Amino acid sequence: MSSLNRAPASPAVLFGDSVLPTAGGLPNPGATNGSSFADYVTATAPSLLPQGNFEGIAPHGTTIVAVTYAGGVLVAGDRRATMGNIVAQRDIEKVLPADEHSAIGIAGTAGVALELVRLFQVELEHYEKIEGAELSVEGKANRLSVLLRGNLGLALQGLAVVPLFAAYDPIAHKGRVFSYDVTGGRYEEHDHYAVGSGSIFARGALKKLHRPTLDEAAAVRVVIEALYDAADDDSATGGPDMARRIYPVVAVVDAGGYRRYGDTQLTPIVETVVNARLQRPDGPMVELS
Amino acid sequence: MSVPFYVSPEQLIKDKADYARKGIARGRGVVVLQFDSGILFVAENPSRALHKVSEIYDRIGFAAVGKYNEFENLRVAGIRFADMRGYAYDRSDVTARSLANAYAQTLGTVFTDSPKPLEVELVVAEVGVTADGDQLYRLTFDGSVADERGYVAMGGNAEQVSAALEESWHGGLTLSQALQAAVAALTAADGAAALTSEQLEVAILDRDRAGRRFRRLTTERVQDLLA
Repeated sequence: MSSLNRAPASPAVLFGDSVLPTAGGLPNPGATNGSSFADYVTATAPSLLPQGNFEGIAPHGTTIVAVTYAGGVLVAGDRRATMGNIVAQRDIEKVLPADEHSAIGIAGTAGVALELVRLFQVELEHYEKIEGAELSVEGKANRLSVLLRGNLGLALQGLAVVPLFAAYDPIAHKGRVFSYDVTGGRYEEHDHYAVGSGSIFARGALKKLHRPTLDEAAAVRVVIEALYDAADDDSATGGPDMARRIYPVVAVVDAGGYRRYGDTQLTPIVETVVNARLQRPDGPMVELS
Repeated sequence: MSVPFYVSPEQLIKDKADYARKGIARGRGVVVLQFDSGILFVAENPSRALHKVSEIYDRIGFAAVGKYNEFENLRVAGIRFADMRGYAYDRSDVTARSLANAYAQTLGTVFTDSPKPLEVELVVAEVGVTADGDQLYRLTFDGSVADERGYVAMGGNAEQVSAALEESWHGGLTLSQALQAAVAALTAADGAAALTSEQLEVAILDRDRAGRRFRRLTTERVQDLLA
């Protein structure tokens, strides 16, 4: 029979089935139908996804705070990772860009959390490239829910990840904050929120210091104060390390996109806060009114 | 029982190649060229939504002519290939060379195994740290790969467009000069009125950016650069 008489081969056959063809063809585009990278990697290479059992030996990240202000949202995190009573790392970065218009902060098992962030970053970029448009803020928040739900098994073994997602909503023209539980439950927060072991103390400080009229500079001051209070009372949260010049990570998401504060911007603010604490260790006093 | 006609392999391949060439030549032109701080993609494309030029990865861009459904399928497969590599290894391990190889395998396999070849022609471009590191790969419907320097023209009147660029392109063009050269080449080949910014899809791989270097240029920006 001549090959002219053959039925056209389906694309699945044409592209081959291997996931990482070093010399072969492209991955099979028929494996999943949507624009989700996470679905695609689950279907074709599940071994690349966060997994394993590190209970008791895995470093934990601690306190993340987020504050909305006029014009955007600010996310900040301390720099400590702990393993039991040991400081596992002094300069871990737990606040990262999710894409150009959103930020993610993570508390919980550091290894799993950072891997989850990496997957989430590719997830958002992958969608944007394939569809030619960014996901909506709600869409991004929902995708993070789904990824977290995939980690539920590990969370039940003690390897929980608790992210805090913040984005600038270009339609509502404001910063938005979403918190999550280990089952993927998604909750939109208003004004401010904190997650991690020091979060109760940080939230106490945020309640007293936050006001809706904050500008960006004041919001930076507020998150540094809140993280200082978290470090003051939670042994797993690290305060500003003046000797080593290691300061919290502070990231802003506004209409211009994600922007991280550099050390030169942060040093005078942190020094102001620390010097004020030398006078008044409990931090700024709030008027009763 | 009917006996199928015998068709010689030479005739079969020639017929397929002619068929693919005709399909590709019907489309509007696309030009990819180097300029001083990156790589410029210019497509004659009145649609705002159906792109001929796309981002693949940090340093890698994609341009195509031919049948939309076929190159769109290849574009998506390329993004999956690149994202999977970058996730499994590192972002710096995703290269235009490996992507061009994967495309070549796919195009070649379809050309030999399938009764209908893919009616597409692609360019995979990677912007380097310096202009010497820039890579332009042209992939044709039969899976052949050509490593090009300077500029590539594809689609309708590709030969005339190439001839025009041969005259006007040289190393070190600014973005504005490169865009003007590309638009002049596309217009000359068309023999029609000058192309306006609304009829163009323009994107760049910007050498001087960090991270994702692919950027689409807005109609207003294109207008300014052409002025």
